[in-house]
Amino acid sequence: MAKIVLTRNPFIKNALKSRYPQLAVFIVMLVGYIFAILAGLIGTPVGSHNFSIVFVWIAWWAILILVAVPFFGRGWCAVCPIPLPGEWLQRGAILAPPDKKPKWLNLRVPKMFRNIWLQNISFLLLALFSSVLLTTPNITGIVLAAMLFAAIGLSTVFERRAFCRYLCPVGGFIGLYSQTAPIELRIKDKQVCVTCEGKPCYNGSSAGYGCPWDVFPGGLTKNTYCGLCMECIRTCPHDNIAVNLRPFSADLAKPSTRMDEAFKAFIMLGSAMIYAGVLLGPWGTLKDAAYNVGSSAWFVYAIIFLAIIFVILPGFFTLGILNTKNVLPLKQRFASLSTALIPLGLMFWVAFSLSFVLTNASYILAALSDPLGLGWNLFGTATTAWQPMLTTVLAPAQTLVLVGALIWSARTAQKAANEVKVSSIPVIVYSLIVTSIMLWLLL
Amino acid sequence: MTPRFSLLLFVMAGLVVAFVPLPVPPIAPQERTFRIEAGQFAYSPSELKVNPGDTVTIQLVSTDVVHGLYVDGYDISIEADPGQTATLTFTAGKAGSFRFRCNVTCGAMHPFMIGKLNVGSNNWLYRSIGVALLAVVGVTLSLKQKT
Repeated sequence: MAKIVLTRNPFIKNALKSRYPQLAVFIVMLVGYIFAILAGLIGTPVGSHNFSIVFVWIAWWAILILVAVPFFGRGWCAVCPIPLPGEWLQRGAILAPPDKKPKWLNLRVPKMFRNIWLQNISFLLLALFSSVLLTTPNITGIVLAAMLFAAIGLSTVFERRAFCRYLCPVGGFIGLYSQTAPIELRIKDKQVCVTCEGKPCYNGSSAGYGCPWDVFPGGLTKNTYCGLCMECIRTCPHDNIAVNLRPFSADLAKPSTRMDEAFKAFIMLGSAMIYAGVLLGPWGTLKDAAYNVGSSAWFVYAIIFLAIIFVILPGFFTLGILNTKNVLPLKQRFASLSTALIPLGLMFWVAFSLSFVLTNASYILAALSDPLGLGWNLFGTATTAWQPMLTTVLAPAQTLVLVGALIWSARTAQKAANEVKVSSIPVIVYSLIVTSIMLWLLL
Repeated sequence: MTPRFSLLLFVMAGLVVAFVPLPVPPIAPQERTFRIEAGQFAYSPSELKVNPGDTVTIQLVSTDVVHGLYVDGYDISIEADPGQTATLTFTAGKAGSFRFRCNVTCGAMHPFMIGKLNVGSNNWLYRSIGVALLAVVGVTLSLKQKT
């Protein structure tokens, strides 16, 4: 399938070039985000009746993992409100043309942190406390507020969106999985970028700001670190930036060789499997251990959680590819072949989320009418009874998703194996085994 | 064999694995009674096994706050007050594996208070793994054909 240049359509191009549509969405999102913080802190402690839990962990999560990431990649990052206050503070403006003089420290992020290891750690920190986070409104409120303040703090110290690029626990996996999405922002003609003076897309100009994501669009070959903020469309003096529709997982044809990204794939794959077992399984002991943070059972849970992600899953993967005769270092083969786990991990999350979201979606209507759990009935839906949705088609849908994921992963494994010139069979067998375990956990 | 024909063959084989009825040995329906203790946030026992056609009686005893028990797929439920026993009787007419879950908000982990009812063997799981295996064989063969 050839690429379709969406920005050839004047309506789409103008909508992306203008700051106002994006600003309008940003403001709605920011208001919703701040309301979620307040609801978490002052609303009812009953999670299933509190806006912060219901709208963040059911509604937003469903949109993010079932729609936004698979179809729009970093589409969520394009409208995420978390970096806004910090960015406005950093720029000293909301819409005004940029002032060349930095308002704050404007430091460059140290080289040792210019990877996604911090995002891996921040995700794992939240993941270890997720049973509390997902169910306790004030903890959700505190975490949402902490993310907002961390983004503001980092914006005053470092240049551009340091929080989004290097620390956001959500941004890390969105970036990884955005490689599978059928949408991309790319340049039209490389030669135009080579000869372009001043590189305003990266350095900024009177037309707009330099790339907030610290990416030079002229060198973009993957979606991973492009936040789709559309700033480069506004600053490019040569109209050389396009937003394209493309086949799914186009970025995965050239596998990454970075260990931080490889481990992100294992972290996400393992977390989906652990959540499927702990949260959706029938084992009360596991739920107790995951929920009672600080207890000895929780420490055992945390150790097992980390062991599965950092030892067991990558360990068996390494054993599988150990015997593939090749001159390339094992580390490089490991990183390249783990690309096959990206579509697998994304679809594991889709399968897990289908179960979680369809079971709990009916809480959304009640929380909409009574977001703080104070007895309001704003839209007449406050008394909507809890009712799981589509439970009869859930298992076939999950099978379809997971088998589809396995096929997708096997084909990606073949492409990655071709690149590093090894057999794809061990990776395909590995994917089959983890998919069978996921099927067992969910069905 | 053309790639399209191979694909068609594998899709058909997948449909056979997924949906062709299996012979079920005749087992006379029985009456089964389970006493389930519900406490924050688990059921004990949390897994029930019955045969298709059995008449199942669940006696739900809550050990702390009000708990409920809703059976996915059967769309039936009961609620039990603390210290009280509530009884639910139904015929396990649908085979398969079904989650049962608390349907009364009972605390923080309420959405994850889940148990499992197995009516007969969990054939859908085995069929799904079979389809997954078939898919892997299909992809591997198609890749070999290409190379």
